[in-house]
Amino acid sequence: MSDNPPMEAYRYPDGSITYPGHPVGPGGEEPVGTVDLSDYTATVLTWTTSTATPPGVRQPNTLAIVEFDVDGEPVRAIGQVTGEDEVDIGDEVEPVYCEELREPGAGIREPASQEWDGYRFEPL
Amino acid sequence: MDRVAIIGASMTQFGQRDAWIRELLAEAGQAALADADVSPDEIEHLYVSNMASGEFEGQTGVPNALAHDLAAMPAYTARIDQTSSSGGAGVYAAWQSVASGASDMTMLVGGEKMTHRSTAESTDVIASLTHPVEYKHGVTLPSFAGLTARLYLDTYDAPRESLGKVAVKNHKNGVDNPHAQFRKEVDLDTVLDSPVVADPLRLYDFCPITDGSAALVFCPESVAREYTDDYAVISGIGGATDTHVVHERADPTTMGGVVNSSEIAYEMADLEPDDIEVAELHDMFTILEFLQSEDLGFFEKGEGWKAVDEGVTDRDGDLPINTSGGLKSKGHPLGASGVAQVYEIYKQLIGDAGKRQVDADVGLACNVGGFGNCVTTTIMESR
Repeated sequence: MSDNPPMEAYRYPDGSITYPGHPVGPGGEEPVGTVDLSDYTATVLTWTTSTATPPGVRQPNTLAIVEFDVDGEPVRAIGQVTGEDEVDIGDEVEPVYCEELREPGAGIREPASQEWDGYRFEPL
Repeated sequence: MDRVAIIGASMTQFGQRDAWIRELLAEAGQAALADADVSPDEIEHLYVSNMASGEFEGQTGVPNALAHDLAAMPAYTARIDQTSSSGGAGVYAAWQSVASGASDMTMLVGGEKMTHRSTAESTDVIASLTHPVEYKHGVTLPSFAGLTARLYLDTYDAPRESLGKVAVKNHKNGVDNPHAQFRKEVDLDTVLDSPVVADPLRLYDFCPITDGSAALVFCPESVAREYTDDYAVISGIGGATDTHVVHERADPTTMGGVVNSSEIAYEMADLEPDDIEVAELHDMFTILEFLQSEDLGFFEKGEGWKAVDEGVTDRDGDLPINTSGGLKSKGHPLGASGVAQVYEIYKQLIGDAGKRQVDADVGLACNVGGFGNCVTTTIMESR
């Protein structure tokens, strides 16, 4: 069992899962449980390397939209890709915890308004 | 029912301006009133489309400031913020104000002052619309474009060059727009060799950062006839949203807000996509012109790139798109852009578009906020 915070997705009564969670799900009903996506691997749906990054963000910044398969239920997430490695559509990745994805306070958003840790995706 | 007419319009020079937001708004507002031959004290509702004057400049309360600068008191005022689609949302608000009977003379002024900020700072102000799970990873609007462009090219087997051709076309159109930020043609090699911004997209796939303002004057069609014979009417308008979290969309190459807002607009106008003769689309990034041209029903899904490739959307093509030069060439002062799109369609429909003039009696403007998060589609017809 990891000491890292979970990559928490919400599960809704109709079986659907979203990351991040929302107070009300796609079917108009409140969530009934959570899923820790850091226990799963995912497949890269698409990716980009951004060279013009905003204040407090690494440069370049490779990002990917990935899709997890949680017991047959697809759920997508977006996040940074670890290191300098390029990825490709269809690659398998695993979530890797990072204490600070972006420097809090360097950009316009109030640092206390949100969390700044999270999961990057590492190609397997 | 008395239709809503547009009887006057203006736009300032777009680009890097010395003027600040209050001055930009007043410049466009004053010019639109003169164009419509309407005096300030006739204005009953005054709307200002603006995304972030507080964040960019530290100036809030801009509608009241504009009312005072134009001597339009005691007009009702409101600021319309819907990020990049603030202009389209302002058109919707202005249309509502007249269609509801609440106002017989409404002015909308959209504007933004951005260029005094660095590219990184401006990008961050715009990216502040993202969800915390996106923002903390440094996700920006250009990175959404890169992610979507790669998926589109892969899914529909479209060549990278097809995106570049959008930039070439819109820069060519912008040459004849005296208000455009860039009035210079670019060739495909220049686009494809420009620096990478969000792989596979390069510098010339992106609109610039821009200062500018645009304005429109609205009234019932019965009132319009008292002022001018040269007016256009809004025959259909629709607004819709899609997910805030972009990756939660079932198909990232489809903008649900475009689909839904246009369905409302088409139904209201009793028109079909095939009836549209000229369109202004929100080409903040080249990939967006493909997505919108498909989601508006102009072309089948995955076929929008072929239309550009075959010249269908050229100024002399079957469906001219972005005769103004689009955001790509004209510039993108956030709150002004949706207003400037309608300005272009208005000019086309009253036959006052100069060298950009095409033969059209029905036009459409699609203004997109976020990465398709909020959308307004407006259909206009000549009188």
